[in-house]
Amino acid sequence: MNRSVPLLFLNVFVVATCGLIYELLAGTLASYVLGDSVTQFSIIIGLYLFAMGVGSWLSRFVENDLAERFIDIELAVAILGGVSAPLLFFAFANVSFFSVVLYGMVFGIGALVGLEIPLLMRILKDELDFKELVARVLALDYVGALVASILFPIFLVPTLGLVRTSLVFGILNGIVGLWGTWLLTPLLKPGKIVFLRIKGVFVITLLVIGAIKADSLTVLAEESLFQETIIHAQSSRYQRIVVTRGRTGFSLFLNGNLQFSSFDEYRYHEALVHPAMIAFEGEPKRVLVLGGGDGLAVREILKYPSVEHVTLVDLDPAITSLATDLPVLAELNKRSLKDKRVTVVNSDAYVWLDRTDASGFDVAIIDFPDPNNFALGKLYSTRFYKMLRAKLRPDSTVGIQSTSPLYARNSYWCIVETLEASGFKVKPYQTTVPSFGIWGYVLAKGSEFERPKEIPAEIPLAFLDKDSMAGMFDFPVDTSRPDNELEINRLDNQALVRYYEAEWRRFE
Amino acid sequence: MFTRREILRAFLGLPVALAACKSSSRTNAIDGRIVGASNEIGHILRDRRKFEVPVDRWTDVDTVIVGGGIAGLSAAWSLKRKGFNDFLLLELEERAGGTSASGSSDLTAYPWGAHYLPVPFAQNTELVELLDEMRLIESKDEAGELIIPEQYLTRDPEERIYHKGRWYEGLYLYAGASEEDLRQYNAFYSEVGKWINWRDPEGRRAFTVPVSSCSTDAEVTALDKISFAQWLADKGFSSERLEWYCDYACRDDYGRTLSQTSAWAGLFYFCSRVPAAGEESQSFITFPEGNGRFVDHFVSRIKKNLQGSSLVAEVIPGEEGAEVVYIDTKTKQARGIRAKNVIYSAPMFTAGYLIRGFNDSPPFAAAEFRHNSWFVANLFLKERPKNRFERDFPLSWDNVLYESPSLGYVTATHQKGIDYGPTVLTYYYPMAEEDTRLGMQKLLSLDWKELSDICLADLERAHENIREATERIDIMRWGHAMISPKTGFIWGGEREKAMKPFRNIRFAHSDLSGIAIFEEAFHHGLRAASEIEKTG
Ligand SMILES: Cc1cc2nc3c(=O)[nH]c(=O)nc-3n(C[C@H](O)[C@H](O)[C@H](O)COP(=O)(O)OP(=O)(O)OC[C@H]3O[C@@H](n4cnc5c(N)ncnc54)[C@H](O)[C@@H]3O)c2cc1C
Repeated sequence: MNRSVPLLFLNVFVVATCGLIYELLAGTLASYVLGDSVTQFSIIIGLYLFAMGVGSWLSRFVENDLAERFIDIELAVAILGGVSAPLLFFAFANVSFFSVVLYGMVFGIGALVGLEIPLLMRILKDELDFKELVARVLALDYVGALVASILFPIFLVPTLGLVRTSLVFGILNGIVGLWGTWLLTPLLKPGKIVFLRIKGVFVITLLVIGAIKADSLTVLAEESLFQETIIHAQSSRYQRIVVTRGRTGFSLFLNGNLQFSSFDEYRYHEALVHPAMIAFEGEPKRVLVLGGGDGLAVREILKYPSVEHVTLVDLDPAITSLATDLPVLAELNKRSLKDKRVTVVNSDAYVWLDRTDASGFDVAIIDFPDPNNFALGKLYSTRFYKMLRAKLRPDSTVGIQSTSPLYARNSYWCIVETLEASGFKVKPYQTTVPSFGIWGYVLAKGSEFERPKEIPAEIPLAFLDKDSMAGMFDFPVDTSRPDNELEINRLDNQALVRYYEAEWRRFE
Repeated sequence: MFTRREILRAFLGLPVALAACKSSSRTNAIDGRIVGASNEIGHILRDRRKFEVPVDRWTDVDTVIVGGGIAGLSAAWSLKRKGFNDFLLLELEERAGGTSASGSSDLTAYPWGAHYLPVPFAQNTELVELLDEMRLIESKDEAGELIIPEQYLTRDPEERIYHKGRWYEGLYLYAGASEEDLRQYNAFYSEVGKWINWRDPEGRRAFTVPVSSCSTDAEVTALDKISFAQWLADKGFSSERLEWYCDYACRDDYGRTLSQTSAWAGLFYFCSRVPAAGEESQSFITFPEGNGRFVDHFVSRIKKNLQGSSLVAEVIPGEEGAEVVYIDTKTKQARGIRAKNVIYSAPMFTAGYLIRGFNDSPPFAAAEFRHNSWFVANLFLKERPKNRFERDFPLSWDNVLYESPSLGYVTATHQKGIDYGPTVLTYYYPMAEEDTRLGMQKLLSLDWKELSDICLADLERAHENIREATERIDIMRWGHAMISPKTGFIWGGEREKAMKPFRNIRFAHSDLSGIAIFEEAFHHGLRAASEIEKTG
């Protein structure tokens, strides 16, 4: 036993480092996904220390088989701490009681870590006199904490990322546990040793598998791609969905393309929805939304008390579920997709329009991703707009997101002219959405119409007012209709996809 | 018996065979069957049995049409439109359509053969009438040419080509082409352009649809005396890419290679659907079910006069009209029809077997109308075929593999705008053996498992997940798929002879043009019908 003492102190050091790492992980992760890092860190540090205290106190109830219990606890910390980051990310995206999981996790890890040191001290008490023991154990404990707190921001987060850090330290913890079965051999019942080792190997294997899987699964590879922290990532049948959080709020990306940023999305969505709602003469009752599975356009639509029914058609059930299940997103869209008036349909809007019997919509809002591939390009074609017209009333109005008239001028005006070629009268307009830049829309109707002017007083808006709305319809020189002749986007030429690719390639 | 490797090697070449044999053939979980069981039925005719028809199984009909492919259906449609009702179309398969037949699943319809029709020029008034009746014409431009609603034209992305691991847009392989390749490609198109703009003293084009409107000037018909390969060599074209491109064209349209196709037929492909040199070729009209849409339209008009599962066993020309003996393939009963006129729209080579007295003094050499064989596989996929590289050109309507003797596949869901999830791919493989009979024997010797393995091994080189994604493969073996426009056939004189009636029998099949396309079948169907209207 004597020879093992220095090694046991190394153990203390590792245990202390791992413990602090888990605490830092939980704090960082919570402030990533929930924001407000001061609150998150203070609650988590406090809770963690308190839990350690609880653990220390509980250690008095451990009477016998100290060494065995110590190794068990070691392995339990390894598992709980190791899976903490991936599990919390998963919980954030999938359960509504995320904070319960978060604080439960922090408390659990804290309590187990709190148990460790008292037990270790009791194991060592016969080897050293008390003065020495306390001095060494506590010193190493605090040194471990220092090492962890320096490594974490400088090395671990930038190179490994949260998920891998968590798994790697879990593995380290597991190895310490397994190693303990050798160091503490004299104190263990001979019959138990093999069993403990099997447990140790099992825990380590599990975490190693987790580390390999996590790599292929998701988040890690992308963390470097996005400037901000990924708080949710998944691959649906149709696309790669990533939600990130940064200083200014959170953002949604589909296949790497920004869909909105919570900080200025209200500008985008107010500009998309309200001109069409206001331009409709009379009270809009039935509204069709194509795309827009994030529920943000629907949030704007539901501000009109006259609206009786909204049909939202979005390709991807993963997006529409996320809109109701991801707490940050559900909060942002005011749980619009759960509203009684809203029906969600998951289908390709082209196929849906081709097949549906639904018709007679007063207003249609079209919020598709930019036409950067052929499958999206068809949703901006004359055929598509003609099918849409057939589902509308003669006096219905349509608001269409139409990419940037500044970055993709030909693309934008190609959409405008395609709408005209499909029999719509149009009023192009544009505004500034800082996350995107100058952004373009088209307001369309089956017959000649006036620009919308008055915004009903009872509609609460954060961006648009009478003057700003009027200003949107003027195009500065660099975004106005180009002199060159533009092709109309038809299914059999997909001119728009080609314009778009040529124009955006310049910025890649 | 051949080993798996030998079969794959014979159909796809050694490298693919080796690669495929390295991976296990995971076809076990894939369902499917050979469709179109009538190969055996057709061979009843070979045996030349005499069929006795009891007296009470004879009926009288003014006109009998033998064979319900596009030619027979067009004849029937034309008769009906003129208010003529006393006719019966006998088709050996349960459903009409011939090589333009189609099938359908819960997800989509899909073709078994022909899948597109180039937009006709306004001068093809008969075809314009058909399209008009089917409401396929949106309007006409200033020159009177047709404007077709976009959803019936092939949707962009139209074609892509797979070469050494990657997919590229288009059918000509631009990627990696040298300057000399491109020079030859442009030079080729300027040769083609000359023929597009060429007119004979009567103002006829060298190549146009239907073939019967083409110039018969010796300068043009001389092109039929050499192979397309020879023509390219004579013009100094040697670029591998250009040769591939022209060879692909021959295999795609005729099921024949460059050297097995006459230069006239080769140039017909490049010239006949282009308004003027340098202009775009006419767009393609297509549907998920391919030309099956036209079949269904015809059938909807003549339903009462159509009788499927009826194998015509003998046509006996008499003084007044002819007797047609046929077998109901469901009951195996022989029946007879006494008719004044017969329109014979089954393939020409069958005339010698079916028409009594034909071989005594043959009006034309039926055996010269040589068909080649194809197999067509419809693959039912639960998910999309994956590209190896994310930035590759995406799944298109027509997807061609540069290194493969197959023609690749057409995506049935493409026209419906269904761009995600399950789909149906129609895979085409022409048997381009020099000796067409050998090609047919080779094809018919293979069973479902072997043929589906060929098609999977072929597609697997471009799509790693094809075996996992495929749930079912149905296969059609077209033993007699289409006429071969080999050197010397089109302007060799046999076609002309066969266009004349034999006693009261008028021939109408795309064979008579030497070029198997919708427009030709349609043209001969209408021609035969109008001859009957004149006499009747
Ligand atoms: C794989 C494939 C792909 C093709 N792709 C295209 C394309 O994309 N575009 C295009 O224009 N063309 C295409 N074609 C050519 C196609 O053959 C023609 O378009 C057209 O369908 C030919 O029609 P047909 O009536 O002349 O001949 P067939 O289709 O040969 O019709 C003959 C009919 O006669 C019936 N028959 C034969 N013997 C008897 C008998 N004894 N009794 C009763 N009935 C009988 C047959 O069952 C058949 O229905 C393709 C052909 C094949 C095989």
